[in-house]
Amino acid sequence: MKRFLLPLLLFMLVVGFLFAGLNLDPRAVPSPLVGKPAPAFNLPQLAAAEQTFAPAQLLGQVWLLNVWASWCVACREEHAVLLDLAQTAVVPIYGLNYKDQRPAAQQWLAQRGNPYVATAVDADGRTGIDYGVYGVPETYVIDKAGIIAYKHIGPITPAVLQDKILPLVKQLQSR
Amino acid sequence: MIPEIGHFALILALLVALLLSSVPIIGAASGNTVWMGLAKPAARVQFMLIALAFICLAYAFAAKDYSVAYVAANSNSKLPLQFRLAAVWGGHEGSLLLWAMILSVWTLAVSVFSKHLPDDMRARILGVMGLISVGFLLFMLLASNPFERLIPAANDGRDLNPLLQDWGMIFHPPMLYMGYVGFSVAFAFAISALLGGQLDAAWARWSRPWTLLAWIFLTLGIMAGSNWAYYELGWGGWWFWDAVENASFMPWLVGTALIHSLAVTEKRGSFKAWTVLLAICAFSLSLLGTFLVRSGVLTSVHAFATDPKRGLFILVFLVVVIGGSLALFAWRAPSVGRGGKFALISRESFLLANNVLLAVAAISVLFGTLYPLFLDALGLGKISVGPPYFDTVFVPLMTPALFLMGVGPVARWKQASLPELAIRMRWAFAVSVSTALLLPLLLGHWTPMIGLGLFLALWIFASSAQQVYQRLRPQPQTSQPLSARMLATTRSWWGMVLAHAGIAVFTLGITIVKGFESEIAVRMLPGDVAHLAGYDFRFDGVEQYQGSNYSASRGLLHVSKNGIERAVLAPEKRNYSVQNMPMTEAGISPHIIHELYASLGEPLSAGAWSVRIYYKPMVEWIWAGAIMMALGGLLALSDRRYRMKRRDQKPALQQETAA
Repeated sequence: MKRFLLPLLLFMLVVGFLFAGLNLDPRAVPSPLVGKPAPAFNLPQLAAAEQTFAPAQLLGQVWLLNVWASWCVACREEHAVLLDLAQTAVVPIYGLNYKDQRPAAQQWLAQRGNPYVATAVDADGRTGIDYGVYGVPETYVIDKAGIIAYKHIGPITPAVLQDKILPLVKQLQSR
Repeated sequence: MIPEIGHFALILALLVALLLSSVPIIGAASGNTVWMGLAKPAARVQFMLIALAFICLAYAFAAKDYSVAYVAANSNSKLPLQFRLAAVWGGHEGSLLLWAMILSVWTLAVSVFSKHLPDDMRARILGVMGLISVGFLLFMLLASNPFERLIPAANDGRDLNPLLQDWGMIFHPPMLYMGYVGFSVAFAFAISALLGGQLDAAWARWSRPWTLLAWIFLTLGIMAGSNWAYYELGWGGWWFWDAVENASFMPWLVGTALIHSLAVTEKRGSFKAWTVLLAICAFSLSLLGTFLVRSGVLTSVHAFATDPKRGLFILVFLVVVIGGSLALFAWRAPSVGRGGKFALISRESFLLANNVLLAVAAISVLFGTLYPLFLDALGLGKISVGPPYFDTVFVPLMTPALFLMGVGPVARWKQASLPELAIRMRWAFAVSVSTALLLPLLLGHWTPMIGLGLFLALWIFASSAQQVYQRLRPQPQTSQPLSARMLATTRSWWGMVLAHAGIAVFTLGITIVKGFESEIAVRMLPGDVAHLAGYDFRFDGVEQYQGSNYSASRGLLHVSKNGIERAVLAPEKRNYSVQNMPMTEAGISPHIIHELYASLGEPLSAGAWSVRIYYKPMVEWIWAGAIMMALGGLLALSDRRYRMKRRDQKPALQQETAA
């Protein structure tokens, strides 16, 4: 009776993956992209679909690319931090709206405030793949030459902002 | 000294558990009654030893003994006593101790309430539970000892995570664990039935009350967790499809399938192999949930400090317990036989369909939870699966399941007739369809999801009402009074009706809150008024106060409608001094229909605050529905036949009359 073996085989398959998973750290994500040019894209903007946004437009300045979605719970946590940062105008923040519904995303920004100069819509997540997005939110620091200088995974906390991102931004801006 | 006593008690408990897991099972195989008889005293001694260890750890927390590393990491001298005690299970080591403690409580309960069981069966059941206990005690002693000393001792503790400093922490984890671990009883019954080759209706009858009790605890535990997240996290959400939430939800889905499948096995003798498989799976998913939380293979808001060595231990344990029991299943199940035959349209078929839908739902939750891990392991990149996946998968699976809930209890066993069913259910169907179409129009907002949700909720209500009417209506041939007809109906039947009505209340709550909720985020100065859902919210500023171990800003919002004051909301923003962590406490005005919810954001310039206000219509129905399900379970559990002297009981097959 082979069919009674099926549950066991499925379980062993899952165990194989779990074993492989033990040696992987879900938080420590290799960022092969750090030090490489930010992958190019040209995507419609959230506010106005007929306009597009491409990283190439920002050559010559230091900027942040923040990947977010309205369904992402952790994004709510960092939103206040992003709003504060946007108010200081130290560095422009651009959004990448990842696998989201346009109306939901627009409503999200309308209700919570919009820290982004512009948000590109990555509805099917293709650009996210190019950037190695593994979870939302993620934030990339991109320098004047369009090179990714730093990648932060998970919500930005005030501490991360003060200790890592802002000093790096200052250093990159003075170059 | 006290912590060493606790540590020593754990070591002794491990020895007793080793004894419990070997001698009685060998005795059962060889027919040695003395060896089998060892199971009962061993179960009792094991309970006393683990309870002693638990009390020692609780004492270390109460007495602020910061020379114990675990206490120093999870407590603080300013932490109030009730949270110091709840902090016993606030971290990895202590929650394992709680796990082992609850397992020993269930083992003790089985040893006390198993007089009616054959000796070999009882010996095997307690032995299997002892085996699980060995795994957890060994894990604790080798890799997660809660009594480890910290030398030199800390001056003060690092405090319990502020998120956990809440009344929810006192009830949610023990309830949830009672449910998780309670499935070990059904698991042990299934394994011993496989070992002994006695997969008959009696086996199903014995394990039903245990399974039901575990399911009740799990239902309440999940409900308490969801409610806690709702008021504590300040986002107005009540379910996040977080990996750890999923870990508790999967055993619930399979457990729900199991209690239905057990009923069929007991009453009709069918589904035997399937029921055993469900019993194994329900507990396996509980163990898998433990692995996911402890090993750190997935990120989660619940994640404790993670350590791959611990993960490897649990994985090996999983392979032994789950792999071993599935192998036993593959070996023994083919000889079980098929049980009673039934037609395509019959109560058995409907229950089987529901079972399959619940199992598929559990598998799809499992898949969604592990998918990021699968891709990662295959080197295909790292991704996260959000609520969009779960919402998309869940609705199509639950729609037929909920629809069948209305039909199943009405259909005859063995062979039912579709036309007859259609005639019997026509009023229930007409009422629910027309209300689902018209009611949202009256409320001013119709979407397919609202229509579908309303239809399903009303369909379950209407068909349940129909069933009650059929049971209680005067019969032409007999002249029984109504009271006699009510008494003739069993409590387990009423329990089923109540639990199903609970699902309807739950569905209604979700539908209305998803369809009609609204929220705003505003910047408010004292005296400002915000408007939402016809209510006016006047912000009367923020006052500071000092809690026992935190400082807080409490905002005051006076809510009025058409000039009449309706409620006062007092959302708080707390800062817990030890971990310097800000926390929100939502201000909620609970209401059966018009629930209002506010949370305080950040202070802005010049005395202004950012405030988020939510209108959450009928959100309380979600938890009320879960409580009704649990009460239905309790009612069924109090049924006469579980209290009778079971040896004298006639086979349930003859006793039960088909509906």
